[in-house]
Amino acid sequence: MRESLVQALIDLLGSERVLTAIEDLIPYGFDGTATFKATPGAVVFPNTTEEVSACVRLANDAGIPIVTRGSGTGLSGGSVPTDHALVICLVQMDRILSVDPRNLTLRAQAGVITAKLDETAAEHGLFYPPDPGSLRISTIGGNVAENSGGLRGLKYGVTRNYVMGMEVVLPDGRIVSLGNACVKDVAGYSMKDLFVGSEGTLGIVTEVLLKLLPRPLARRTLLATFDRMEDAAETVSSIIAARIIPCTLEFLDRITIGCVEDYAKIGLPTDCEAILLMETDGHPAAVEDEATRMVEIARTHGAREVQIAQDEQEALKLASARRSAFSALARVRPTTILEDITVPRSALAEMVSFIAATATRHGLMVGTFGHMGDGNLHPTFLTDERDEEEMQRVHLALEAIVEKTLSLGGTITGEHGVGLAKKPWLKQQLGDASYELMRTVKHALDPHNRLNPGKIFD
Amino acid sequence: MAGSLKQLDYSILQQCMHCGMCLPTCPTFDATKRERSSPRGRIALMRAVADGEMEITRGFADEMSYCLGCLACQTACPAGVDYAQLFETARADIEKSGINASPLRGFWRFITLRVLFMRPRLLRMAGRLLRLYQGSGLESFTKRLHQMRILPAELGRLEALSPRISDRFSNEMIDPVERPGNDIRFKVALLTGCVQDLAFSEINRDTADVLLANGCEVHTPPVQSCCGSLHSHNGEPILAAELARRMIDQLPPDDYDAIISNAGGCGSHLRHYGTLLEDDPAYADKARNWDSKLRDIHEWLVEIGCRAPFSSANPDSMTVAYHESCHLAHGQKVTQQPRQLLQLLPGVKLVELKESSWCCGSAGIYSITQPEQSAALLDRKLKHLQDSGAAVLATSNPGCHLQIESGLKAIGSPIEVIQPVTLLARSYRQETSPSISP
Ligand SMILES: Cc1cc2nc3c(=O)[nH]c(=O)nc-3n(C[C@H](O)[C@H](O)[C@H](O)COP(=O)(O)OP(=O)(O)OC[C@H]3O[C@@H](n4cnc5c(N)ncnc54)[C@H](O)[C@@H]3O)c2cc1C
Ligand code: SF4
Ligand code: SF4
Repeated sequence: MRESLVQALIDLLGSERVLTAIEDLIPYGFDGTATFKATPGAVVFPNTTEEVSACVRLANDAGIPIVTRGSGTGLSGGSVPTDHALVICLVQMDRILSVDPRNLTLRAQAGVITAKLDETAAEHGLFYPPDPGSLRISTIGGNVAENSGGLRGLKYGVTRNYVMGMEVVLPDGRIVSLGNACVKDVAGYSMKDLFVGSEGTLGIVTEVLLKLLPRPLARRTLLATFDRMEDAAETVSSIIAARIIPCTLEFLDRITIGCVEDYAKIGLPTDCEAILLMETDGHPAAVEDEATRMVEIARTHGAREVQIAQDEQEALKLASARRSAFSALARVRPTTILEDITVPRSALAEMVSFIAATATRHGLMVGTFGHMGDGNLHPTFLTDERDEEEMQRVHLALEAIVEKTLSLGGTITGEHGVGLAKKPWLKQQLGDASYELMRTVKHALDPHNRLNPGKIFD
Repeated sequence: MAGSLKQLDYSILQQCMHCGMCLPTCPTFDATKRERSSPRGRIALMRAVADGEMEITRGFADEMSYCLGCLACQTACPAGVDYAQLFETARADIEKSGINASPLRGFWRFITLRVLFMRPRLLRMAGRLLRLYQGSGLESFTKRLHQMRILPAELGRLEALSPRISDRFSNEMIDPVERPGNDIRFKVALLTGCVQDLAFSEINRDTADVLLANGCEVHTPPVQSCCGSLHSHNGEPILAAELARRMIDQLPPDDYDAIISNAGGCGSHLRHYGTLLEDDPAYADKARNWDSKLRDIHEWLVEIGCRAPFSSANPDSMTVAYHESCHLAHGQKVTQQPRQLLQLLPGVKLVELKESSWCCGSAGIYSITQPEQSAALLDRKLKHLQDSGAAVLATSNPGCHLQIESGLKAIGSPIEVIQPVTLLARSYRQETSPSISP
């Protein structure tokens, strides 16, 4: 990176907040995605929206690309830098600015860690539901940029459903404020929604205004064990058909259960084909009723055993074990390549068996887990990136899974975003016209392709 | 064990899938919020060295020295990354590269790692000298010199932390073989440690007493070699392996039901002789067997069903908080057992200490090499301790014991630091001679 730019950044932020040494840059060369790696030119840590804007202007003047980064837990390569790019890392913008219990809102800087939002809301008897598996690490800015889901998506939706407003730095450095604390607002296009899920390609979110809910009074957590994967999938369909909307319906297959138990040692049954982690929350009477009915439905669909968490602590243990699923799968082989396909829920059972059959056909090891209530599955290939022949087979299997997903009316990514990892399949899913529409939007906002170039599309 | 990152089995480096689940548990990342000071960042740097993308630089060496080696990341990591091995290999690489070399540092490393901690008799001799020095008026004289800023600050720090040497060493307090009064249930070997032996030999006595009270025949060789953990953590794997062989020769694992360690840091190293000696055909099997016999004292007591004392060592009830030493909690995964033992004690009320497994900043010689970060961690620990309302802090590692004790003294707090085995031993003693106060 050019001396003059580095100096200008140091003049702006001070040398403590501008990193250029090789030992400082290498650790910002990747995110949570396997196999993508590059070395940025510099990493900066702004504290305010104005500083972000000033950094953007400086990079623009020097003509270098900008990559926004939260905590780098993304699973599609979104915050993997392009070589020599300026990485703007927002983790130091980590202040909760206000909680408004009368309007049920919370205003926070973009670098606030996700878990802190709900912890803060809880102090006021309120609730911020989105809870991605990475909630103790990821930033709200990253969540907004990926429109992240979580374990409670089935009942409470995803990040988008909670974003009421935001402050954004545009690719040319201008600062705009979008949305407001009104429950209803149809003054023109809903511009904030354009930035939710934009993966850092349209603007840098520096502040968010989030919607909160009253905290549910009661919660019940259940764990059902199945000897056949299809039975678990059928149980999910039947629960939904019975007009119960639990907050969580999470699924782990045999391989995943083994890895999670190996790590968490909480006594999960490792000799079954699938487990379902189910949770219902709300009014105590309704929770009791739903829990009883869910137990019954699971039993009639062949559950071997249904266990009810005795207390909050046990429930938490089960949920955190589920959150470790993806990382725990990495215990088995050196490289973990994870998919994020989502299908209409009626097609779940078919998709699940297709994944298993595809893995067998290509002689590959796959652990599958996911947000079954949302139709969102994470088949994870356990492989070794240094074995070229095996990686070839992984690629073939991925192709097959994508084909099948699309033929069932599904999507290549339910919550992790396109980034670098899903780029090859985007056009196939969208079709030419919608693909071009997206590019038109990108070009209108970022004509010089400065923000996160090469992500989503080339 | 591999001597360098380049020779290391690559899958150990590859095991890290950079998910970041370890980040919130790392004290140095918490302090800087920079990736290079996080487990994930450090592993990325090690991988860059292994891949030949980066030389061993000053910055790399500094970062590995800034790492506490607390292994909180290893507990947090769902992917099963062996951070301890990566860290020790990186430190060995750094030593070999000579990037940290300076004549003075070389001299002290030579004296400590190659001379003192390789020769147990000499170490005790040094201990005796230090004891004499502490007992003479000389100590307060040098303290005055420090106050007048005549001696360098580092020396002052070192001295403040140097442990008060025990009046008698373990061999003067424990017979080579001691048998319980009633039935012998188990035959165990007791490791007396280095720092433990010099500064806390009474705790070794307490450990022996507790074992005797639970039907164990206790074998304690009077002169024991260092376990090698100091060498291993400081980039000297060859010396560490030599010490491991001596240890196994002195206490053949087949002869005992268990080999007992009562210092978290030693125990954490002692149960990995298998990896350390895996390439030594004469010792590989013995070392694996050794690992399978090694027990932390609390772990062993709970395993054999520790007898609850029926007498209380303290007249009134006592509120106790428990601080987990990193190498016991993260290195050995012994977390519940010390608490279970404390709960056996009549009159003890156990309260939870916030962030009980967050490093106190002692971390071997970290308090000397990284005084600022060490002090910040100590402050954090003391704050939680004061908030807990406990009158006694129980902890079971000599390093933590010294660090927290000196911190409490500095702020004039009346909270006492006592090890769980000491509390147990006092209660057992009270059973037989209730009139003698402990
Ligand atoms: C163990 C594990 C479990 C996970 N579980 C889930 C899950 O259950 N559900 C789920 O949806 N995801 C999950 N993820 C994926 C990931 O955590 C989310 O995508 C998360 O939102 C990323 O946040 P981050 O702060 O780490 O962002 P980064 O990884 O740093 O960035 C992600 C993307 O957002 C952009 N970006 C970041 N901050 C901003 C900003 N302020 N303004 C504009 N663009 C920005 C980046 O440029 C990049 O494109 C998981 C990841 C891991 C490692
Ligand atoms: S050390 Fe473990 S927890 Fe940390 S980033 Fe690597 S795999 Fe994830
Ligand atoms: S050993 Fe401790 S300080 Fe070092 S990386 Fe792990 S958690 Fe951080």
